[in-house]
Parts: sequence; structure tokens; C-alpha cells
Amino acid sequence: MATYNTNEFKSGLKVMMDGDPCSIIENEFVKPGKGQAFNRVKLRNLKTGRVLEKTFKSGESIEAADVMELEMQYLYNDGEMWFFMDPTSFEQYSADEKAVADAKQWIKGEENCVVTLWNNAPLAVAAPNFVILEIAETDPGVRGDTAQGGSKPATLETGAVVKVPLFIENGESLKIDTRTGEYVGRAKD
Amino acid sequence: MKSKQTWRPVTDRVVTKQRANLFSQIRAFMQAREIIEVDTPVLSRYGISDPFIEQIRAELKQDHLSSLYLHTSPEYCMKRLLAAGIGDCYQIAHVFRDEEKGKQHTLEFAMLEWYRLGYNYLDLINEVEDLLLLLKLPKPERQSYQNIFETTVGIDPMTAKIGDMQTLCKESGWSTATTDRHDCLDFLFSHRIVDHLANDSCLIVYDYPACMASLAKLNEDNKNVCERFELFINGIEIANGFTELVNADEQRQRFIDELEKRKLQDKHIPPMDDLFLNALESGLPECAGVALGLDRLLMIMLNKTHINEVNYFTLDNN
Repeated sequence: MATYNTNEFKSGLKVMMDGDPCSIIENEFVKPGKGQAFNRVKLRNLKTGRVLEKTFKSGESIEAADVMELEMQYLYNDGEMWFFMDPTSFEQYSADEKAVADAKQWIKGEENCVVTLWNNAPLAVAAPNFVILEIAETDPGVRGDTAQGGSKPATLETGAVVKVPLFIENGESLKIDTRTGEYVGRAKD
Repeated sequence: MKSKQTWRPVTDRVVTKQRANLFSQIRAFMQAREIIEVDTPVLSRYGISDPFIEQIRAELKQDHLSSLYLHTSPEYCMKRLLAAGIGDCYQIAHVFRDEEKGKQHTLEFAMLEWYRLGYNYLDLINEVEDLLLLLKLPKPERQSYQNIFETTVGIDPMTAKIGDMQTLCKESGWSTATTDRHDCLDFLFSHRIVDHLANDSCLIVYDYPACMASLAKLNEDNKNVCERFELFINGIEIANGFTELVNADEQRQRFIDELEKRKLQDKHIPPMDDLFLNALESGLPECAGVALGLDRLLMIMLNKTHINEVNYFTLDNN
């Protein structure tokens, strides 16, 4: 079993905590001049996304988590699982709905996503920061209304709903920031 | 390009000036009180037995002396000078502690240490307050270790059952808390008390539990506490002082106990400093001493959050 000593702690390190893989966000060294040293650590649970705070006596070791982040191409969804391919090994991985979570509403195929593998199985998928998607359904555009800043909902080809300016027409391609879920602009060819 | 930039100091003129000012203010303060400056060696053939401090060793090529120890404070040498009759003295020294790296820790840091003959720790607290006043820092509140524990954590640190303390530690984030009383007290003190000190607070905590006596004298009326104090400014530990233990036998026994602890933890066992113990045997005058971290004091004065911000050069660029 691989372990990490507290003196190896740094942000980004993947460790096991209460049975779940976690990523260290922050590691603070706490020590009275004449007394026991501790490492106070902020961790993100990679399964739940929750942030927790734990303290270790300096010198303690904790179990390492077999977690890797790989850029993979999204292939397709068979109704139950989402399939990704590692472009260097051509190996395919299937991610369940929990792993694709928020990402699934932004991907339609061929996007490069960052897939977090835990014990070689997808744990989380991050969509590209920006995606270009076509509008499937929205109210007709209001011509000339470019300054007024009103907005309307638009359903994209993946099913995601975003707010777009009133002048946007059905069938247009839009650039979306997947981190905020916000419309950035019309896609330029 | 980056490698060509890194020779530059990380501090700006403001920091450089403040550092220089602080050193000259301290020297003026000491001179006015006729406390003389000393300058003792950084390297020693002997190590310290403190179970919580790791020394950095310097390798030598000479045959029978395989390595020397870099001092972690100038305490032993200064006490030898005191035993030899030098009188009140102070030192601004660079000291070294291995394995200590963080926002408030660096392997090498500047320490001010001074000793006053005939003083006890309470007299010395007054003098520390005088120095703070000169440096335009606030007058500290005073609270005993026991009192601050009772009011903040809700337990009596002297009598609480170890099981209860362990539970409290676990609840506060140390899930692997041990049943070592000292460790539990250190954890609760740093996580439940020091962490919650306000950003504009100035506090002296005094009368530490006897298990934390180190080189402090135990209180004669209450052997459960030692005559030790610490200064915290804005929640940062700044200074640590004692009525000094002058009894050589008691000191030797503490060293033996500490080395035993180190052995149990599989830590390096340095040769005991007999020169220091011989000095105590020959007679260290009754005195009090305090050590104060100058880099941290500069952090407070300059409103910096990382100790590297007050040093011209750090291990990252040196």
C-alpha cells in the first residue's frame, strides 16, 4: 500500500480519507515553538466534491489514492453509460451518470474532457471550459434589439438550457462557458 | 528568463528598512538598560534533547568529529556566559530548525534572546511589554494557560481526563488523536485557542503545565505549573520566556527523560551537552530569559502573512 508522509503533503496530492479518494487543497504547518507539530489539511472529497478539514500529527503517514487525471475524448452515451477514449492508449473507459454529473449537459461527442480515474475507473469528468453548441429550441429572435440586455431561455442540442440575448435565432451556434453555464457569444467560424 | 531573475531579494525597500529599524531599536533598548550584546557560536558538538525540535547537522570531513549541530537557540551558550558571570546579556542570532516550513516557519530564522539576573518570569513579562511599547505594538492582555483553556475550550487542562481530551481532539479534526496528554494539549491549544485569537489581539499566556516546562523552573507553590510565558500577537506565537531552571540535577533528569522520549519515537539521539550541565552545576545565577522571533515580529509590523515575505532571501531562491 503506497502512503504519503505529512512532509510530502502539498496541494494536488491524492490521498484516501475515510474510504474515499480526496485531493489536498491546502496544507498548513502548525507548530508551537516547544511542542508537537501538526499538519492541518483541507481536502476535497473527489466523490462528493465536499471540502473537509483534517489535522495530522507531523510525521504520520496516510494512504495514497490511486487517482490520475487524463485528457480523454468523449465518444458516445448508450443511454446508461458515457464512453471515453484515452487517445494515447486507445483504451476505452465507461463513466456512470454520477461521474459525468454536470459535464454531461455540455458534451455531444469528440470533446476532450479531463477524466479523473480512481483505481482505473472514471470518478469524475470535467467538460472543456468552453464548448460550441447549436440551439435546438428558442423563441424567435427580436431584430435590432442588441443593446437592451434582455434575455430568454434557449435549449441547446445537448438538452442544456442557457440564457441568451433576445436577438439570438433558432439554429445558431453558441460558445458556452461550462464552468458558469453562461452564454459567451455567437460561435465564430 | 526566470532563472536570471531569481538572484534578486524578494523584499522591497519598505521591508528592508523596517528590518534595519527593528534591529537598531532593539539594540538601543538593550543598551539603555545596560544589557550587553553577545555573539555565541552557531555550531556545537552537542545537540539538544527537546523531543519536538529537530536540529540541522553540518557534516565535517575531520575524522573523529563526524558532524556538528547548528543551534536551535543560543540558550546553552548564553547560560554558560551567565554562569561565568557576564551579567545581563542579549543576542540577535540566526537559528536553525529542521522540518519546520510553513507560513510562520522557516528552517533558518532570526531570534532575539535575552537574560536578566534576579528577574522572574513576571518581571520579564513587564520588560517585554516595555519593548512592545517602544516598537509601537499594543500592550498585551494576560491570561493563565489554565484560565484560557477553561474559558475557550471548556476543560481544565491540569485535571481533564485524557479520554475526554482525546474526544475533543477528534471532534476538532484530529481523527487519529493519541492518548498523549502533551500532544492533546498542544493540539487543542493551537486549534481551539490560538486559531481563534483575533487579528488585532495581543496576549500573554503564562503558567504553562509542568509537562511543558522545558528549561523553565516549576512554580514552588504549585508544582503542576511552570514559570513560563508566551506572547501571541494577532494569533502568531512571538516569544517564549521562563524563570530559568538553575538546578543542574533537575535539568539533567529532564534531559534524560526527553532523550528517552526521542528514543521511543525513533528520533536522532544527540550527545548530551555536559558543558551546559557543568555550567549549571557550578552555579547559574537566578534569572529569567526570553526568546523572541524577529521575522514573525516583522510580519506583524508589516502586515505580512508569510514569513518568506520579510526575508531578503529564502530557501526558494537561495
